[in-house]
Amino acid sequence: MNDYNFAYLDEQTKRMIRRAILKGLAIPGYQVPFASREMPMPYGWGTGGVQISAATLTPEDTFKVIDQGADDTTNAVSIRQFFEKTAEVETTTTTSEATVIQTRHRIPEEPLTEDQILVYQVPIPEPLRFLEPRETETRKMHALEEYGLMHVKLYEDISQHGHIATSYAYPVRIEGRYVMDPSPIPKFDNPKMEMAAIQLFGAGREQRIYALPPYTSVVSLDFDDHPFDPSKAPHCCALCGAEDSYLDEVIVDDEGGRMFVCSDTDYCERRRAAGHRGAALAEDAA
Amino acid sequence: MTPLLAVRNISKSYGSIIGCADVSFDLYPGEVMGVVGESGSGKSTLLSCLAGHLEADAGEVIFDTRVDGPKDTLKMSEPERRMLGRTDWAFVHQSARDGLRMGVSAGGNVGERLMAVGARHYGDIRAKAIDWLGRVEISETRVDDRPTTFSGGMQQRLQIARNLVTGPRLVFMDEPTGGLDVSVQARLLDLLRGLVRDMNLSAIIVTHDLAVVRLLADRLMVMKDGHVVETGLTDQVLDDPQHAYTQLLVSSVLQV
Repeated sequence: MNDYNFAYLDEQTKRMIRRAILKGLAIPGYQVPFASREMPMPYGWGTGGVQISAATLTPEDTFKVIDQGADDTTNAVSIRQFFEKTAEVETTTTTSEATVIQTRHRIPEEPLTEDQILVYQVPIPEPLRFLEPRETETRKMHALEEYGLMHVKLYEDISQHGHIATSYAYPVRIEGRYVMDPSPIPKFDNPKMEMAAIQLFGAGREQRIYALPPYTSVVSLDFDDHPFDPSKAPHCCALCGAEDSYLDEVIVDDEGGRMFVCSDTDYCERRRAAGHRGAALAEDAA
Repeated sequence: MTPLLAVRNISKSYGSIIGCADVSFDLYPGEVMGVVGESGSGKSTLLSCLAGHLEADAGEVIFDTRVDGPKDTLKMSEPERRMLGRTDWAFVHQSARDGLRMGVSAGGNVGERLMAVGARHYGDIRAKAIDWLGRVEISETRVDDRPTTFSGGMQQRLQIARNLVTGPRLVFMDEPTGGLDVSVQARLLDLLRGLVRDMNLSAIIVTHDLAVVRLLADRLMVMKDGHVVETGLTDQVLDDPQHAYTQLLVSSVLQV
């Protein structure tokens, strides 16, 4: 045993967080206030997600962390190591082997199952925040289902850009009731939110937890004549050739050379292991 | 004829200070009522109580709703009252900044009420917004500009367009021409008069400017220290004031 209580947080705190999670699951999309603790990391680095993971993990769990889809970025590596140290749980980079996946800004490409929990890190849980700065007012708007203002944002997008230019943190309506911020995932991922896994959202600085039970209806807001479009870069992955995955644009030299690769590193590696080759690797082989 | 709005014994005090006391009147469809009085006479308090922005201490505000007929708005649930606030009612603030979203384009400002009542077709919303900008004499080319780039008079006209787009039946106006210079005031009044006649609006206009009520209001209510001291037809009250305070008010107007 190490010097930490299991998964860092004390049992009372975990209990308080679990209560908030249960309430969140009972009222999908509703932001449940909780007494967010200080974590040994700065706000904005996933303190909300880490607290949910800490309250969710059991010693038998296998834990995976992704940051923008990647398993090997600073944020992902340090949070993974944090729970290796404080909870001594198994960690993995393989999506299908993980039981709890903490994510920042992406949903894994591989469909999740009913045995998995997806934990999101949320910077600003209030979808109406930049339209209505008063928390008292936004709470009232949620309570009374006054969501006309959300469409004002989309209207502004179309009037300025000719199309809905919001490309991440695209607002969704849950079970025809609450409008929810899906955290800054690309809108490409929005349709995936109607999934088999439990989804938990934690905002540490803002002290809010919200949740989606499995198979909850998640509708992206749009206009009749400007329907929701889960767009992505019109390319296929340069490494694995995938046409259906969300892509990162990588600048490769000073001459404007660029390539598009899967943002989900596990998905890309798995495809390459299965023998798929994208344009960049095909040239190397030739 | 059922009055559109029947106000009965509305009272509101701030601790020991009286905001307005025991105000009653009826407002019929298509009628414009002016409320005048000096600063602190309780006219804005009265308007806020009627529009549901402030909670009145006592009294009834019975509005003739489209579906259920006459109903006391003070006893309505908050969702019901707020729904009324975006459909049948409109509130024009003295300062356009209070009534507009300054960070949202003119078209978005006008479209907000439409979207709030369920409009979900961008083309229709925009067409209606442009139509309304035209009606309040704002050029179509300004539809995507923010109100921060508008002059004071334009902001006030935009606020009026934003309020009238859902075809309300009752408009509350709190000093709609306050803070505007006289030529702009005159055009705004002209515009308001046209809209009130065309749409057969009922309105309650609070102002300290007697010229405004002379032009717009059918009936007049004079307030002092929270009490109504005189009511009557506008011309009658202004030309033949009975109460000492009304006489003072009328004689205080500068004759140019």
